[in-house]
Amino acid sequence: MNYRFKTSCTKQKLKEIRDFVTAVLYKYGLSEIETNKLVLAVDEICANLIIHAHGCNPKESIELLINVKENEGVTFEISDRGIGFNPGKYQEPSLNEIVKEKKKGGLGLMLVKRIMDDVEFKSDSRQNVCILYKKFKPC
Amino acid sequence: MVQIKSEVEDNFHKIIIEGDVDASSSIYLDQAISTAIESGIKNIFIDCRGLNYISSAGLGVFMSYIDEMSENEVNFIIYGLTEKAQNVFQILGLDQLLKIVESKEKAKELIA
Repeated sequence: MNYRFKTSCTKQKLKEIRDFVTAVLYKYGLSEIETNKLVLAVDEICANLIIHAHGCNPKESIELLINVKENEGVTFEISDRGIGFNPGKYQEPSLNEIVKEKKKGGLGLMLVKRIMDDVEFKSDSRQNVCILYKKFKPC
Repeated sequence: MVQIKSEVEDNFHKIIIEGDVDASSSIYLDQAISTAIESGIKNIFIDCRGLNYISSAGLGVFMSYIDEMSENEVNFIIYGLTEKAQNVFQILGLDQLLKIVESKEKAKELIA
């Protein structure tokens, strides 16, 4: 089953994105903790795109496509036409670095990687897509 | 949306969080903690009973004060996390870097 949500690039829209993901996952009987983790992963990617790739420009948009295969898993595809993210240049900071440098960022992608089973970034001349996959745990 | 209230009770400064702390609202948590530190009080409690959601932006705010709290010998204690919020702290092991307890009573025991 596919679900689609398109929204403008402002930070205030993050709550709407989270509510949408929560409502979709609710139909599949995931636990509250598991749902919250998946919502968090999508929120982190969307926040990065809205803030870093689009500079919170409300005239630009991002699109979320959720594909759920019952009893198998869920795929989130988040697409946009902003500045592409180059995963090759990303080096995961250590928690110690974050504490010492008093950086308030850097934790988002770490969380996404811990939560999801697969994280992929693709870019072509038309758009950038981030694909997140999580296998459902058998009940 | 988040609502942040600050109260001074006995010998501690209490910051009460209600709602969602995400990339759009973490700034308010940051300001509240910064004000609490500036007040010079040595015990800061964060009441998270009403915290519905926290993303990396909120976790980052807590992380960014760890050194300052220890340099200034401030007891910084988080209490009342729901199970799902606590889980978010645990994903990266932040629950090992921050003082997290169940309730205000437990937090008070730590500063007694």
